[in-house]
Amino acid sequence: DEDDEDEGIGEWERAYVDDRSWEELQEDESGLLRPIDNSAIYHAQYRRRLRAGTRIQKGLIRYLYIVIDFSRAAAETDFRPSRIAVMAKHVEAFIREFFDQNPLSQVGLVSIKNGVAHTLTDLGGSPETHIKELMGKLEALGDSSLQNALELVNEHLSQVPSYGHREVLILYSALCTCDPGDIMDTIQKCKKSKLRCSVIGLSAEMFICKHLCQETGGLYSVAVDEVHLKDLLLEHAPPPPAIAEFAISNLIKMGFPQRAAEGSMAICSCHKEVKIGAGYMCPRCKARVCDLPTECTICGLTLVSSPHLARSYHHLFPIAPFDEVPALSDSRKDLGKSCFGCQQSLNGAGNKPGPCVTCRKCKHYFCLDCDIYIHESLHNCPGCESIH
Amino acid sequence: MPSVASKQYPDDVSLLVLLLDTNPFFWSTTSITFSQFLSHVLAFLNAVLGLNQLNQVVVIATGYSSCEYIYDSSLTSNHGSFERDRTGMPPLFASLLNKLEDFVTKDEELSREEGNEDRTPSCLLSGSLSMALCYIQRVFRSGHLHPQPRILCLQGSPDGPEQYVAVMNSIFSAQRLMVPIDSCYIGVQNSAFLQQASYITGGVHHTPKQLDGLFQYLTTIFATDLHSRGFVQLPKPIGVDFRASCFCHKKTIDMGYICSVCLSIFCEHHKKCSTCGSVFGQSKLDESSSVSDKKKKASQT
Repeated sequence: DEDDEDEGIGEWERAYVDDRSWEELQEDESGLLRPIDNSAIYHAQYRRRLRAGTRIQKGLIRYLYIVIDFSRAAAETDFRPSRIAVMAKHVEAFIREFFDQNPLSQVGLVSIKNGVAHTLTDLGGSPETHIKELMGKLEALGDSSLQNALELVNEHLSQVPSYGHREVLILYSALCTCDPGDIMDTIQKCKKSKLRCSVIGLSAEMFICKHLCQETGGLYSVAVDEVHLKDLLLEHAPPPPAIAEFAISNLIKMGFPQRAAEGSMAICSCHKEVKIGAGYMCPRCKARVCDLPTECTICGLTLVSSPHLARSYHHLFPIAPFDEVPALSDSRKDLGKSCFGCQQSLNGAGNKPGPCVTCRKCKHYFCLDCDIYIHESLHNCPGCESIH
Repeated sequence: MPSVASKQYPDDVSLLVLLLDTNPFFWSTTSITFSQFLSHVLAFLNAVLGLNQLNQVVVIATGYSSCEYIYDSSLTSNHGSFERDRTGMPPLFASLLNKLEDFVTKDEELSREEGNEDRTPSCLLSGSLSMALCYIQRVFRSGHLHPQPRILCLQGSPDGPEQYVAVMNSIFSAQRLMVPIDSCYIGVQNSAFLQQASYITGGVHHTPKQLDGLFQYLTTIFATDLHSRGFVQLPKPIGVDFRASCFCHKKTIDMGYICSVCLSIFCEHHKKCSTCGSVFGQSKLDESSSVSDKKKKASQT
């Protein structure tokens, strides 16, 4: 009986019960164990991702609703400790990453419980509000209804300005949906209002989810374990390719507030408390706000600072992928022995040339790890920046 | 990924990556000569290495047309014996000075090849920042046991506005890695890039008034390791001006208009975005159909 087994196992052992690390071992020709070379696998995965993201226009101002299915299927324990706990943890990480990469966008949370969709938080730009609300309501009950969630989200997003990209990300655990009407009509309605729906399934692939994503131009994926779920979620953090007809380009009026003078006293408009010193003043109505980016509560002007805009500039000026250099090519002989970025030796085991990459523009050589770091986080080629 | 488990190393071990400005256009205008400046810097580096046996120092030279690694204290070739060589220079920094001299000569040649360009005589800050971050990322990859890295920019050249996007990218990457960027500005005007860098990443920014006492400023402000900064009073960040400048006139604005497609900033209302060419108030479908209408009309006439 499973319970009896679990009593004898310590907490640390439970983490390894399902771990099948022996499946990752490889043998070489003579039957000896080969050390697992993760870096080459990781780099190959990264190259595949890079090929997908070429220079397309991206939707930078996003209004995203995250719909989480809190039906009874979410209480399943195939994801440890339970699907709800794993979903909550990863959604929190996703929200932080989302605001980091899209500082001008807004997020809202919707939950499905007992067949009814509830709005947990309205569209807003502060990660803390969303995370607090999410963590307070973690329980699974009743059926799941995809149609009710879509109707609710559609209604909320119809009030959003036309230059924003409307998106929904649904985390679906159930294997069915109990709807009051015809969900196909709802899907057509979403398609007409240019709402891009993506679904991440936690149990199995469902036709209705696949159909929804295909119709609206979103992404459908099913997670096989916790780590995979996290990766799939974080795939939605960078801006998706903009389907150009979806958002009307417009000039948005924004304010760049200056810091309030040291020692000045004012009642801040977000907390309704007296605050001294640090804070910002809206340039239009002179109300005081505590943090940026935000919308002025008094006059509604979007307030940002220049670094918030600069965070998105790397999407507009992406760097070209580096070219792989085969280990046995002739050009390797004249090349310098170390990576231009981190000075690590480019030779592999036994002083033979190992795999490396090169930038087309500046012709410098980089190691595989620098390649990943440069393209995923830094967005600058050190070689190109070091020449005129 | 930043490693919280660097606690397994003693708390106050640091890796200091020094970005040294060698821009000849700047050094020709200062009161202090480059060699006097270098003597302050070398004494400071010695002090940092003396604070803890495990401390590491890496020096990257930021030139006018190129950037290069000059010195890495962890390389065994730099651990010379303590006998002075024939010129009387302690071997610890003989290689640094040799490499620096080679770099400056090469940089000068490269700048001459470029010819006279009409641009602000700035140094390539974005290049050396990117290299420093790649090096720090390598240190993080090496496992749990590593010193706490930080970057110190020692610069006098003015900001080059063409480097804005690259410098901001480096700043955000440093922020994510939790690597503070300290800056010591010895030039005449203020450097907005360095102020923003230190503010966003949680580093210290300071503009020393008396360059004769540079060593004192460096050791009292910039030599403190990250853990000890909690117990020491360092210059506080003054309010940094984060207002943006408009793309059309380059003047700082309080309120402006942002293109929703490319995030360009304008100070007044336009019909069309000059950066990405989107027509405002019109969806792309209408735009393409109006273009094809124009073509039909043109072919008919």
